[in-house]
Amino acid sequence: MSSQALVVAHDLAKTFDVSAPWLNRVLEGKPRQLLHAVDGVSFEIERGTTLALVGESGCGKSTVARLLVGLYEPTRGGLRFGGQDAYAAFKSPEAKAMRKRIQMIFQDPYASLNPRWTVDAIIGEPLLEHGMIQDAAELQARVAELLQSVGLSALDMPKYPHQFSGGQRQRISIARALATAPEFLVCDEPTSALDVSVQAQVLNIMKDLQRERGLTYLFISHNLAVVRHVSDKVGVMYLGRLVELADKHTLFANPQHPYTRMLLDAIPKMHDTGRARTPVQGEVPNPLNPPTGCSFHPRCPLVTERCQTERPLLRELKGIKIACHAVS
Amino acid sequence: MRLLQVNKLVVEFPSRHGTLRAIDGISFDIAPGEILGVVGESGAGKSLTGASIIGLLEPPGRIASGSITLQGERIDQYSNDQMRHIRGRKIGAIFQDPLTSLNPLYTVGRQITETIQAHLPVSDDEAKQRAIRLLQDTGIPAAAERMDHYPHQFSGGMRQRVVIAMALAAEPQLIVADEPTTALDVSIQAQIIGLLKTICKDRGAAVMLITHDMGVIAETCDRVAVMYAGRIVEIGPVHEVINRPSHPYTSGLMASIPDMTSDRERLNQIDGAMPRLNAIPQGCAFNPRCPQVFERCKQERPELRPATATQAACWLIPGGAV
Repeated sequence: MSSQALVVAHDLAKTFDVSAPWLNRVLEGKPRQLLHAVDGVSFEIERGTTLALVGESGCGKSTVARLLVGLYEPTRGGLRFGGQDAYAAFKSPEAKAMRKRIQMIFQDPYASLNPRWTVDAIIGEPLLEHGMIQDAAELQARVAELLQSVGLSALDMPKYPHQFSGGQRQRISIARALATAPEFLVCDEPTSALDVSVQAQVLNIMKDLQRERGLTYLFISHNLAVVRHVSDKVGVMYLGRLVELADKHTLFANPQHPYTRMLLDAIPKMHDTGRARTPVQGEVPNPLNPPTGCSFHPRCPLVTERCQTERPLLRELKGIKIACHAVS
Repeated sequence: MRLLQVNKLVVEFPSRHGTLRAIDGISFDIAPGEILGVVGESGAGKSLTGASIIGLLEPPGRIASGSITLQGERIDQYSNDQMRHIRGRKIGAIFQDPLTSLNPLYTVGRQITETIQAHLPVSDDEAKQRAIRLLQDTGIPAAAERMDHYPHQFSGGMRQRVVIAMALAAEPQLIVADEPTTALDVSIQAQIIGLLKTICKDRGAAVMLITHDMGVIAETCDRVAVMYAGRIVEIGPVHEVINRPSHPYTSGLMASIPDMTSDRERLNQIDGAMPRLNAIPQGCAFNPRCPQVFERCKQERPELRPATATQAACWLIPGGAV
């Protein structure tokens, strides 16, 4: 593993206990049930670049996001941030210093801003919480500067979230995340609640900010076209595991894993009117009871006997990482 | 003959602060067997247009003027009772969230047979056979057994198939599908769109497909109407609207969609946001965001007129009124 990477996740896993209540288990003889939301995911993100995670609902991408910012504690595995063990830091007295460097942008700008707070209170809170600002005048100046950096105006400070449109709210979210001058931003579907013309505004701002401040992003999305636009590297997830991890250009030009190919085929092409898509067969299986072997095998066109019994590991292959028996 | 004709439809919401005009004089028609896409951003009025046609406009919203004609019959002033015979029988509806359009307390089979028997004079047995066939046609495996299952026992994609089966149960000539794939994953979305397209074609049913997803429109529709702030700003064959748009809003919208072929560093963005209903600008509603705005746009409102390959409502297009 290279040492320059800002974020190094190693074998991250998160298991949720979704068993029935104790009494039911005793009376009805129901077993304990574990949901492996994320099951051993490893990746690195270089400083100043964007790693995108894509996958269908329930594949564990949001759980990865929450693991990276420390909202969940991992069941297994570790995370190194700037050479430091992040989970040890989250528990130590240095937790605040670590949290300051990692911030998050959420999907729904209607739910992630407190409706009773004014914009300056929302953006100012992290500054006060981390003791980065001493007096009120400085706070005002800093909040105004943050608002301007996301294309809003200092005049917006006394307003409430409901006075803004969805796209503007998402910019407020971004300004709040930037308040502590973080190095790493985890963006969980930041534009999927927005209309396309507004989505373009937000994506452009995110790219500009990355260029200006050298930010590192983990960008989570189910929209492959958006991912192709913002990312440097792309990881494709399926049922809690990475199935392919590659440079953006390689992945989109030459997808290797059958699931990646299927996903790419499923995207409607705008300038290809009337083209029939190759529909993906079947649906994502129940994560409580994943298929044996490779969890994609029931939907896979290249399935062999080996896939049904032996789970493929993520391995290096011609500069990409892939978990598939059929591709060599 | 046109299957559906909408003429100068106006939908208004009376409120304390005056009447809000959510749909402002839109006209279009749908031919039998045609798939018309209606695209636009949130608040453009596309769902309200659909709701007006199926007679499910929620009060205090009301059709203030204009007409909706289905097979020569004016249905816009029908009472709820009269509309009940139209809905399901002549116009089927598919909504975004399949979980809320199915009753969680009844089996899927019961819900479909109920729809069939409400509109067609068939025996219980015949209705059941039809329901099973419908489920088979929508690609549900082991349809006969699935009849006895409840909606929660189906996955999202399967539920949407059940909803499509239900919409088709009484063989309507028109299906109004409001964001039928928005709640689904891309891989399932492709399955459902493909199904909707073939099943409607087989039965000769026309579809009005309401969505914000231009990609879905591109591969499904014959014609497309682009809505902005309660009006149709451009309408035409889908290929022309996408590749040779005439309205600056349509071209801006197309350019702001990240696509899989080009490598642009920045996406083209349309600055600002759609105006609120209580603050629709004078003249062309798009003028504050339009890159090519000129004096006339701020004064007079353009009507739809023939442009290069489509019809568009914009003063940039030369020529007189239609």
